[in-house]
Amino acid sequence: MESLTTLFEQYGSQIPVAFWMNIKLTVLAAIGSFVLGVVLALFRISPVASLRAVGTAYVHLVRNTPLTIIMLIGVLAVWGQLKITFADDFTLNFFIFAVISLSLYHAAFMCEAIRSGVNTVPQGQAEAARAIGLGFLPAARLVILPQALRGAITPIGNTLIALTKNTTVAAAASVAEASVLMKTMIEFRPDVMVAIFMTFAVGFCLIVIPIGLLTTWASDRLAVAR
Amino acid sequence: MSARSVLFDAPGPKARRNVLIVNVVALIGVAIVAWIVLGMLNERGQLEPSRWISAVNGNAWSNYYLPGLQFTLQSAAIAVVTSVLFGLVFGFLRLAPYAPIRAVSGVVVEFFRAVPVLLMMVFFYQVFAMLGRAGVIPSADGPYFAVIVGLTLYNGAVIAELVRSGVKSLPKGQREAAAAIGMTPNQSLRLVEVPQALVAMLPSLLSQFVVILKDSALGYLIGFYELLQYARQLGSGQGNILQTLVVAAVVFIVINVLLTWLATLLSTKLSSKTAGRTKPRAGSSAVKV
Repeated sequence: MESLTTLFEQYGSQIPVAFWMNIKLTVLAAIGSFVLGVVLALFRISPVASLRAVGTAYVHLVRNTPLTIIMLIGVLAVWGQLKITFADDFTLNFFIFAVISLSLYHAAFMCEAIRSGVNTVPQGQAEAARAIGLGFLPAARLVILPQALRGAITPIGNTLIALTKNTTVAAAASVAEASVLMKTMIEFRPDVMVAIFMTFAVGFCLIVIPIGLLTTWASDRLAVAR
Repeated sequence: MSARSVLFDAPGPKARRNVLIVNVVALIGVAIVAWIVLGMLNERGQLEPSRWISAVNGNAWSNYYLPGLQFTLQSAAIAVVTSVLFGLVFGFLRLAPYAPIRAVSGVVVEFFRAVPVLLMMVFFYQVFAMLGRAGVIPSADGPYFAVIVGLTLYNGAVIAELVRSGVKSLPKGQREAAAAIGMTPNQSLRLVEVPQALVAMLPSLLSQFVVILKDSALGYLIGFYELLQYARQLGSGQGNILQTLVVAAVVFIVINVLLTWLATLLSTKLSSKTAGRTKPRAGSSAVKV
């Protein structure tokens, strides 16, 4: 027990900092992937064949690639080999790479989540929108998407949960987040590794479970009454 | 009803013209993006044939990609078997007639679903490193075991949830019929409900294999020598890491597309063999690394 207190005296203050990094990655990548996901979903439901093809190709390519590869292509290839940088500050640069990789990867899942929401909208809604003279974009913006997004809350929530957990993969871009700190702490004190692991695991539960509860609450509350 | 038919009518002459215009604009847009990317790659000398040839020649395949792919597939295959076992056991326990068993197994399943796979792999890497130092296992195999255990716990928990929801989604007439011919709840679960739920969840299970295969690439971060690790090693040796990573990504994409295709095929074939639904739910568990 005494060994634990000294360990947490040394590293305790770093744990919230590391988790804060995961939260920052989650929030920024959630915004990025949601925006890109909506655009892709619009592409995939549009009447224009070439846009549909672009959307479909993006989703299928990205969804089937491991996030670790995307992260490494960003850090080792785009930064290391092509020498493309986003910021002069080393840490900030890698952070931006991690956010971009996470956004690009999860956008494919956001797109599919929104598209499954579109499937919950009854045909009559679109027919009514057309009957009052709305074109594709106005119908999508005013009638279809507001209902589709409400119907898509559960799959979007699942994507957010996956995103939260996947922020640990930012370790591949040497971002100092929770899994890196856990590794350091276990290497420093392998005798209490179970306690260290449980600390971090519970930390993730504390982030992930509220998102799940919030999703269920929101999808019940915002469900379109039909 | 497909999403497409909801949103627009069969286009008339005016709409056809608009669609054509947008088509052309979109194609030009794609061409411009491709031009910029290729130009940038060319400027930095990334399109030189030598860089690509050394990423796909015989040496690259026989000494790097194929040995790497072997470990990727091997760890994924073992993890598939173990996580199905884990999933079946905990799926059964979550349906058990005793509330305490249901509660405990529920906590276990939810815990492993909430903890990132990478966190588990890093932890078990250290556990197996310790066992390796103690001489219990060959220490070089530590990362390999850690990948398998990490994948098993997470995906096993997901599969347990699939089993449970598969049984719950069966029409209740199945259970009633079993009760009517005198089966106990346990028999009904074992002989009637779970077998049908299993058939119904086979396509979802195949989609889960895609997740397992993709997640095995996380082993890269704990020093497991799988496809990605070999690709990086080859690329950093020859200075063409972009090219070798692209090849590794293509290998993953091809295998995963085949698995997904098989899952779709299976779900149409199996729908007549069970009372449950065989179509993987949209946006379900396939959202992993």
